[in-house]
Amino acid sequence: MLKDITIGQHYPTGSLIHRLDPRTKIIGTFVFMAGLFMIRDFKAYLVVMALLLMVITGSKVPLRYVLKGLRPLMVLIMVTFFINLFMTRGTVFFQLGPVNMTWEGLRQGVFMALRLIFLIMGTSMLTLTTSPITLTDGIEHLLNPLKRVGVPAHELAMMMTIALRFIPTLLEETDKIMKAQMARGADFESGNLIHRAQSLVPLLVPLFISSFRRADDLAMAMEARCYRGGENRTRMKALKWQQADAAGLVLMSAFMGIMLWLRWY
Amino acid sequence: MEMNQQKPIIEVKGLTFEYRSHDEADLIALKEVTLNVSKGEHLVVIGHNGSGKSTLAKHLNALLLPTAGTVLVAGMDTKKQELLWEIRQTAGMVFQNPDNQIVATIVEEDVAFGPENLGIDPAEIGIRVTNALHRVDMSDYRHKAPHLLSGGQKQRIAIAGVIAMKPACIIFDEPTAMLDPSGRREVVNAIRNLNREEGITVIHITHFMEEAVEAHRVVVMEDGQLVMQGTPREVFARVDELKALGLDVPQMTDLAAELRSEGIDLPEDVLTVEEMVNHLCQLKSKN
Repeated sequence: MLKDITIGQHYPTGSLIHRLDPRTKIIGTFVFMAGLFMIRDFKAYLVVMALLLMVITGSKVPLRYVLKGLRPLMVLIMVTFFINLFMTRGTVFFQLGPVNMTWEGLRQGVFMALRLIFLIMGTSMLTLTTSPITLTDGIEHLLNPLKRVGVPAHELAMMMTIALRFIPTLLEETDKIMKAQMARGADFESGNLIHRAQSLVPLLVPLFISSFRRADDLAMAMEARCYRGGENRTRMKALKWQQADAAGLVLMSAFMGIMLWLRWY
Repeated sequence: MEMNQQKPIIEVKGLTFEYRSHDEADLIALKEVTLNVSKGEHLVVIGHNGSGKSTLAKHLNALLLPTAGTVLVAGMDTKKQELLWEIRQTAGMVFQNPDNQIVATIVEEDVAFGPENLGIDPAEIGIRVTNALHRVDMSDYRHKAPHLLSGGQKQRIAIAGVIAMKPACIIFDEPTAMLDPSGRREVVNAIRNLNREEGITVIHITHFMEEAVEAHRVVVMEDGQLVMQGTPREVFARVDELKALGLDVPQMTDLAAELRSEGIDLPEDVLTVEEMVNHLCQLKSKN
């Protein structure tokens, strides 16, 4: 049951967008986010929507699947909407006791909710089209110039890779320990919050001990395979900048240009 | 034999190792161990838990350094810090727990991990990964996630990861201890093929006696010392001594010993079912 959790929700289709260099996609996502926060009125959202639809169609990920990603964040979107609706001053169109709804609030609520929705959809396109390992590679390469000021780019990427590698292993182990404890009468499901938190102790203690043992083993195995940090290390799959990447960046620059133009004129 | 004429690939001379601990007396794990391994040899080390066999294995690629004595790998002293990476590239190591030695989230990435550490050219790494996966018969799983594989498959990936570094010698530290019988068979076959077909020197540490049958030489460890060595036939013929050490012998050897004590005329050194069948049929035709 715990094994079903997918991290990052990669949706492989092999489309052009999937094959883009991860660096392009990461930069593109940041440009998209920056552009989104520059928007002041609704008509700019049309541009955002057009871009999103283009990317989603190009990636061959079903639109329904992308929209499904909004569900866990629906509460946040609703809260944002209602806070804006009730808290904005302006022309009241509905009043019930102390509760005021204003036209300005309605506009602001819809505006903020749309911003959130587009933000979630846009950023989820990054993880949907990029496998975690490529994403890590991209992050490492993008952080590389910062090595000179002491950012441990390689180490961070290696930590992410190992974390991703061990998530399923540890989930499986949690499942196993849980069943072993349940077989001996442990109860993880009933009682109040404090009680339930307490019942997690016999689960966490063995999990921690075994994680430390695993870490020890893994460190030894990595050393035996001549791992000595990022120095002089090569990669089997070097990231390659292709024409499509240049096209992608041009597209994102154009998007940014339009956003800037719409904001200032 | 041809392999004995060359200089040994691993020379262990008077190796002593103590585990230092603060609260108890120091534990002496290895006492004056001397052992040579020839190029192309298939050596099996047996002994029960705590006999020092894993500690010995960790000395062979400088994961542990001797308290006294020397370990030479292809003539390189493991105590010399500057030779460390060359030693580890020469003597690869496969560990017991398949889950705890796989680093990457995709099979091919994991196999590439060693060569990447050695700073090898990307195109060459690709070739090595393809070859290594082919050697252990795992080519079809190249793009799979390791956690979806069986124990035997994971262990073969770990072996491929070592082969891709082109070592002259591979040390297997109980690689089958956590596997089911079919996984064990896969791994043992892979190890044998590496030795017979690729000529890689194999040092295989195990407590499954059946795995020792096909070795060129068997070494028995007890209490940090080498207590017996010889061909599998010579070693397993000493059933009583092995049992006194708390070790098993291969099932057929055991059966032969039992039958002999019942007065049936069988040799001491029966190792496999096939040999047993032969001997029994000969007996039958004699009568």
